[in-house]
Amino acid sequence: MQDEEKYQKLKDIIKIYLPEDVAITDIEKDSHLMNNLNINSANLVDIVLDVEDAFDIRLENDDMDQMQTVNDAMAIIDAKLKEK
Amino acid sequence: MKKESFDWILNELPYADPFLFVDEILRVDEEGAEGSYRFKSDSDFYRGHFKNNPVTPGVLLTECCAQIGLVSLGIFLFGKETKLKTLSIGMSSSQMDYLLPVFPGERVRVVSELVYFRFQKLKCQVKMYNENDKLVCKGILAGMIGVANE
Repeated sequence: MQDEEKYQKLKDIIKIYLPEDVAITDIEKDSHLMNNLNINSANLVDIVLDVEDAFDIRLENDDMDQMQTVNDAMAIIDAKLKEK
Repeated sequence: MKKESFDWILNELPYADPFLFVDEILRVDEEGAEGSYRFKSDSDFYRGHFKNNPVTPGVLLTECCAQIGLVSLGIFLFGKETKLKTLSIGMSSSQMDYLLPVFPGERVRVVSELVYFRFQKLKCQVKMYNENDKLVCKGILAGMIGVANE
């Protein structure tokens, strides 16, 4: 899977959980999920669970802690896909 | 007496009168929880909901479902391995359907089924039944349950 395809897939997941005052176009690779995109911790869990399903990977508590920005999420997805 | 074995969960619940909506926990395991509560007929809110026509507010049915189905289950799942002194909880979403009214003094039974408990988010399907075993309300509740790091 190409990076751009992965990024698009991730963005499609994130946009479901954006609060109303954040637009899809606000999502950048260095966006902080909680601080910039205003995603709360409960919805962050939903994103992680959707990412698991979409990429067929399993994330652990450490991954969750490290997943601060969109780029972090991309890196974690990459690492998990390589492990497979 | 089997129900006595769940008394420790009641003691850990972070609620007190007038906002405790659990009388007893009937069953808890990894899959879900079941408990009961009787809405006290002399509760103050019945004076205003509704005027001259007391009916238990839907938000309190939801709260009762959450305290029994979600929080009690969460305490059980957490409590087996963690000290609960620093437990913090918050409801993150609720989606409920209300089918029948609950009048003052009625006893209800809540049954919850775990959807998932991951990364401190607990999500359950809940159902509330009245004394005639008729479904009163049902829905999906989720909350964050955390224990602060020592």
